[in-house]
Amino acid sequence: MADAAQAEQAAGKRETWSQTHPGEPVVVFDGVSLRSGGHTVLDNISFRVMGGETRIILGPAGVGKSVLLKLANGLIRPDSGTITVFGENVGRLREDDLFTLRAHIGMVFQEGALFDSLTVRDNVAYRLNEDHVAEEEVDRRVREALRFVELEDTIDKFPSQLSGGMRRRVSIARAIISDPELVLYDSPTGGLDPITSTTIIEIVVKQRDFYNSSSLLVTHRLQDAFTLATHRFNDGNNKMEKLPDGKVNENTTFLVLHEGKLVFDGSTLDLVHSEDPFIREFIE
Amino acid sequence: MAENTLDRAAKNIILSLQDYALLSGRALSNLFRRPLTLADIFTQADSIGVGSIPIVLLTGFFTGGVLALQTSASLSQFGAGAITGQLVSFSMIKELGPVLTGLMVSGRNASGMASELGSMIVTEQVDAMRALGSDPLKKLVMPRLVATVVMLFFLAILSDMVGIMGGGAIAVFMLGQDGSQYFHSSYQSLVFGDIFQGLVKPVFFGFIIASIGCFYGMSTKGGTQGVGRATTQAVVVSSVLIIASDFVISRLMIGIFGR
Ligand SMILES: Nc1ncnc2c1ncn2[C@@H]1O[C@H](COP(=O)(O)OP(=O)(O)OP(=O)(O)O)[C@@H](O)[C@H]1O
Ligand SMILES: [Mg+2]
Repeated sequence: MADAAQAEQAAGKRETWSQTHPGEPVVVFDGVSLRSGGHTVLDNISFRVMGGETRIILGPAGVGKSVLLKLANGLIRPDSGTITVFGENVGRLREDDLFTLRAHIGMVFQEGALFDSLTVRDNVAYRLNEDHVAEEEVDRRVREALRFVELEDTIDKFPSQLSGGMRRRVSIARAIISDPELVLYDSPTGGLDPITSTTIIEIVVKQRDFYNSSSLLVTHRLQDAFTLATHRFNDGNNKMEKLPDGKVNENTTFLVLHEGKLVFDGSTLDLVHSEDPFIREFIE
Repeated sequence: MAENTLDRAAKNIILSLQDYALLSGRALSNLFRRPLTLADIFTQADSIGVGSIPIVLLTGFFTGGVLALQTSASLSQFGAGAITGQLVSFSMIKELGPVLTGLMVSGRNASGMASELGSMIVTEQVDAMRALGSDPLKKLVMPRLVATVVMLFFLAILSDMVGIMGGGAIAVFMLGQDGSQYFHSSYQSLVFGDIFQGLVKPVFFGFIIASIGCFYGMSTKGGTQGVGRATTQAVVVSSVLIIASDFVISRLMIGIFGR
C-alpha cells in the first residue's frame, strides 16, 4: 500500500479544478444538438456533471452515446448548443487550446483504440512521452498504472497479443496515468464476460472513490451500472465492497437517452421507481 | 434534379479542396513549432527513402536503357548516333527521373500512407491521439510530408544517375558505341537550367505524394471498405497530379530558362 499512499499524496499536492472552483459543474451540456447526414443524432441535450460525480449514460445501440462522449472531449463539435468543460466552451476552442484542456481529461474508447504499432508500455506512457517526462519517472508511473489494472506482466507485449478484456484495461491505464480530473468511459465492459466486467467496474469504482475524479460512463450492462451505484472502494483490502443496508452512492446518477433525446436525468432510486414506459422496459 | 446533383458535387469539391489546403498548411506550420520531433521524421524517411531504393534503381536503369535503345536508331538515321548520351541524360534529368520516381513512390507510399492513416482513423486511433493531447497533423502528417519531400529529391538524383548508366551500358554493350563519347556527350551539354528543373520537380512531387496520401487517409470514412477506397484514390489522384504538375512546371521552367 506504500505506493498508493504516495500516489494519494501526489494527487493531493496538486490543486484540482474542482478545488479551485467549488460548487461549479465540471461538465455542462446546454441545449446540445448534433445532426449527421440529414438525421438528428442528439436533440437538445442538457445536463451537468459536478465535481466527483459519476454519471452513467444508458440507452439503446446507436442512440448517440459515443458521440456524446466525443462531444464532451471536443473531438466532434456540436451543431448547436454549448458544451462547457472546466469552464471552457469546447465547441468554440481552437484545436491547440483543446490539447491543453484534454490534459485533464482521460478517455477510454469503445474499442480501446490502442496504438497497434506501440507496445503496451508505450501506449500507456504515450501522454508522458509527449510531455517529455524523464525516463525513470515514466517507467515508474507506467508500472503503477498497469498495476492498478493488474496487467503489469504485459508491459512489453503488443496490443494484438492481448485479449479484448486486457486491451480494455490497458486503455483504462492509458487514460488515467496522468490522474485526470474527468474520465470518459465508453462502454468499458462491452462484450466482456461477467468476471472481467466486474474487474473493470472495480477499477472504475476505485478511480471514483480513491481519486475522486468525475466521470461520464456509457454502458450497455445495467448490472454494471447498479454495481457502480451500490458499491464502494475499500482501500484497506484494495477491494470493492457492497454499501451497507442497501444504500446507494449519492454521487452516482443516471442519464438515459432515447431517440436522440434525454429522457431521464436523476438518481438510482428515481431510475428504478420511474413510471416512464420506455425506462421501465429498458431496465427490466 | 441534375442541377442539384451538380451543385452538390461542385460544393463537395470546393469543400475537399479547402480541407486539403487546411491539412497541408497546418501540417507544414508544425515544422516551425518547437520541439520538432526528428525521430518521427527519421522513421518515415527510412521507410519511404531506403525502402524505395530497389524499385528506383531498377526502373531508372531500364528506363535509361530503353531510351538509348529506341533513340539511337533514329539518331543514327541522321548520323547523330553520337549524341545518344545527351538525349538520355536530358530526358532522364529533366523528365523521366523525377516523374518515374514520383510515380513509383506514389504507388508505394501514397497508398501506404492512405491505408495506414485510414486504418488508424477507422479504429479511432487518431481520435485517441487527439484525446491524449497530441496533434495528429504534427505526429502523423508533418513527418511524412518532410520525409517524402527530402527522400524523393535524393531518389530522383539516384534515378537520374542510374538511368544514364543504364543508357551507357546499352549504348556500349548492345549498340557498340564508344563509352567515353557517350558519357562525354551526356554531361557536356547540360546547363544549370536543366539540372535546376530536375531538382525542383521531385520537391513538388514529394509534396503531392505525401499530402494526397495523408489527405485521403485522414478523410477515410466507413470501415475497412473506406480504407480500400482511400488507398486507391490516393494513388490515382497523386499520379495524375504528378503528371499534370510536371507539365506546368516544365512550361514554367522553359519560360524562365528558355529551354
Ligand atoms: N462524427 C460524427 N458526427 C456525426 N454523427 C456521427 C458521428 N459519428 C457517428 N455519428 C452518428 O451518430 C449515431 C450514433 O452513434 P454512436 O456511435 O454514438 O451510437 P452509440 O449510442 O454509441 O451506439 P452503441 O451502443 O452501439 O455504441 C450514428 O447514427 C452515427 O451515424
Ligand atoms: Mg458507442
